[in-house]
Amino acid sequence: MKKIVISFSVLAIYGIYSIGIRHQSPVIGKPASLKNNNNTIASNNTSNSLSTSSSSNSNSNSNSSSTSSVTTSSKYTDGTYVGPTEDAYYGNVQVSVTISGGKINDVKFLQYPNSHYTSVIINQQAMPYLKQEAIQSQSSNVQLISGATFTSQAFVQSLQAALNKA
Amino acid sequence: MGMPITVEIIQINYQKPFDKVFSYFHEVDDRFSPYKSDSELSKVNNGLNPSDWSKEMKEVMELCAQTKRITGGYFDIDMGGKIDTSGLVKGWAINNAADMLLDMGFKDFYIEAGGDIQVYGNNEDGLPWEIGIRNPFNIDEIVKVVKLTNKGIATSGTYIRGQHIYNPHENYSHPTNIMSLSVIAPNIFEADRFATAAFAMGKSGIAFIDAIPEMEAYLIDNKRIATLSRGFTNYVA
Repeated sequence: MKKIVISFSVLAIYGIYSIGIRHQSPVIGKPASLKNNNNTIASNNTSNSLSTSSSSNSNSNSNSSSTSSVTTSSKYTDGTYVGPTEDAYYGNVQVSVTISGGKINDVKFLQYPNSHYTSVIINQQAMPYLKQEAIQSQSSNVQLISGATFTSQAFVQSLQAALNKA
Repeated sequence: MGMPITVEIIQINYQKPFDKVFSYFHEVDDRFSPYKSDSELSKVNNGLNPSDWSKEMKEVMELCAQTKRITGGYFDIDMGGKIDTSGLVKGWAINNAADMLLDMGFKDFYIEAGGDIQVYGNNEDGLPWEIGIRNPFNIDEIVKVVKLTNKGIATSGTYIRGQHIYNPHENYSHPTNIMSLSVIAPNIFEADRFATAAFAMGKSGIAFIDAIPEMEAYLIDNKRIATLSRGFTNYVA
């Protein structure tokens, strides 16, 4: 039963990708007056197609705030940062992070409940100091979705075995 | 990488930048695919001498070793004797491709590969990009929407109960009872590798991400409860 569920789910994923729903024109419900006269070209390597989704423009009444864009880099700023002491329920956690070349170069645990933290079987209970919520389906239409993909070899092997038996 | 890749650039009417990005991804896939027998990674797994590794392979291997060190060993490319760089290469490649577009002068665009995303600037409405986090219990749904500019977001996890990312520290039983962990970072390279490592930590992964500056996370467990790092709400639409 589990194997059937696995194969069905994966087929469903591929089905969704293959019909290209990720490639539809963005359907974000915004007032027409906010629309800029931009052309958006989206391209997808699976289809090699060039689809132009012309955002139906009504007027060039663009909001001026969007034009004064601040050029902030997506890189980290080089330096060493010491984080605050986190009161994790199992003890204090504090890290020092060193950035060089815009990348995290080192993370040191200044405080940890156990100095050999890598070998600790970390308690699996939730951190009480972090906010929690029950997940709820959102109705918003978004262009982009972040989700996990199956990259683990073990999974692929397991999947293949499941499909072979399906 | 065997996954759909989407590139969108605002205010462009020619094809060439897309071709450059996709040809780069093909190049990366040809080199790092664990499923292609003639990829360089497969040759490495069959004993290719490190002195014969390409510049890219050396860079990725160094980044993997460094990531393993700074994540306390939770990021590990050794999959039972075979090396698999998938936990880092995707974010690394997206980041490099985004840098290519930045170098060409583009300011408003995104690159998405298999659920990992780097956004720059704004969307066609001149507003931050809106990104949904997929419901791990129902792939047709999203359960959170974040607004991002100049950021990377990556999600590690599984959509199938009982399947887990390999945890190098777990030899005893099922490691985690978390379904997905989404990480927002200044770029997708950091987001991807830290999402991979933090997911392997189980529920403690959220505390690990929370302690790192400019990094936020949204963890969904098997009881459908989400835990938010403290700065995460700043991005919630």
